[in-house]
Amino acid sequence: MSNEDDEIILSELNDDDLVLQMMDDLYDGLKEEIAEAVGILLERGWQPYDVLTKALVAGMTVVGNDFRDGILFVPEVLMAAGAMKGGMAILKPLLIETDAPKMGKMVIGTVKGDIHDIGKNLVAMMMEGAGFEVVDLGINNAVDSYLEAAEREGADIIGMSALLTTTMPYMKVVIDTLKEQGKRDDYLVLIGGAPLNEEFGKAIGADAYCRDAAVAVQTAKDMIARKHNLRG
Amino acid sequence: MLQVPTDDAALTDEGLAPRGVGRVLLIACGALAREILDLTRRNGWNHLDLTCLPAILHNSPEKIPAAVEAALIKHQNDYAKIFVVYADCGTGGALQAVCDAHDVEMIAGPHCYAFFEGVEAFTRNAEDEFTAFYLTDFLVRQFDAFVWKPLGLDRYPELLSTYFGHYETLVYQAQTDDPELNAKARDCAQRLGLTYQRRFTGYGDLEPALAAQAG
Repeated sequence: MSNEDDEIILSELNDDDLVLQMMDDLYDGLKEEIAEAVGILLERGWQPYDVLTKALVAGMTVVGNDFRDGILFVPEVLMAAGAMKGGMAILKPLLIETDAPKMGKMVIGTVKGDIHDIGKNLVAMMMEGAGFEVVDLGINNAVDSYLEAAEREGADIIGMSALLTTTMPYMKVVIDTLKEQGKRDDYLVLIGGAPLNEEFGKAIGADAYCRDAAVAVQTAKDMIARKHNLRG
Repeated sequence: MLQVPTDDAALTDEGLAPRGVGRVLLIACGALAREILDLTRRNGWNHLDLTCLPAILHNSPEKIPAAVEAALIKHQNDYAKIFVVYADCGTGGALQAVCDAHDVEMIAGPHCYAFFEGVEAFTRNAEDEFTAFYLTDFLVRQFDAFVWKPLGLDRYPELLSTYFGHYETLVYQAQTDDPELNAKARDCAQRLGLTYQRRFTGYGDLEPALAAQAG
């Protein structure tokens, strides 16, 4: 976005300009600059949660919107995500220490036989950015892996991801097992992946199909809020 | 009139127009043009005509069903029968739904890697081979256009492990015996940091699928 980065000294920018610059740097996937700017804001007394939401999440929202609209493509999104990850690495321990809002807990992984974790990693990162605690189960998860982790972690949400037409049916195995064990209502089940669609999500009994990371975050927020409202 | 495939770049971005001669139209992925034309020539299936959609749709499977449907509508009145030479190809059943709606058949299996190897054999091996990255003859020839550049590896080599960190082997499913392609496929594996395996498949299930349309 910016062609004048070489001349910009981050520490000389005021807070508003620095946040705007961070959004530009995130868009351009500049990991070192993001880490430096996060450090500057923290030194200036910013709360970690504010750095996360007002700079990083706001910046990634722009990236996500431009990806959705066909302006940015996967490599650029991954570079931006890598930059955000650099900032998150600094913020994460600080967020745990402070009273950052906690939205809920999610276990997430790709299903058995599927090693494609790019989408899953983006969702995990954006969920963390939105205040969810995320337990990443990695790739190639059998049904027991999901169920044991969800129970062990006291999760609110189980997230499943698949890229392959051949592996996506395994999501139904997990949901059916939850039903068999009488645990289906204990968790929200969110699914995602390129060959999936809403119809498939309904057919296998998921709570929602999430088209991208931004939709996953919004869906999780809405559903958790609804669940809390129901509990009164 | 003999139909000859144009160069790979044209098959990638433009596809292939039909001859306009023949009783049965094959609507296929551009990545299969050479193989299909070779089979029709060798078997004398002159009643089969071929049109190909741009092979690069392989990288955007969500666009395949609409593109196939547009071709079906365009050609449905010009032929006695149409056969779709696509497998599911990452459409999650959406392509099958299009074919069902137009009452046409399509090739069985999840993707071309499966039908080149034989869907049964591929399915049998799938559980042990999910860390394999497959290339066909066409994809070896077009590796940069289909893999390297679209994934941004020409611009961001640091993304290599993000994409391929969980893969272990590049399996080159060879349709033909071509030492040059073998060398190129080996080079692709090296660039991706994967071990290399060449597996001769020939045309696999493609030939019987087309033969069934020849009757």
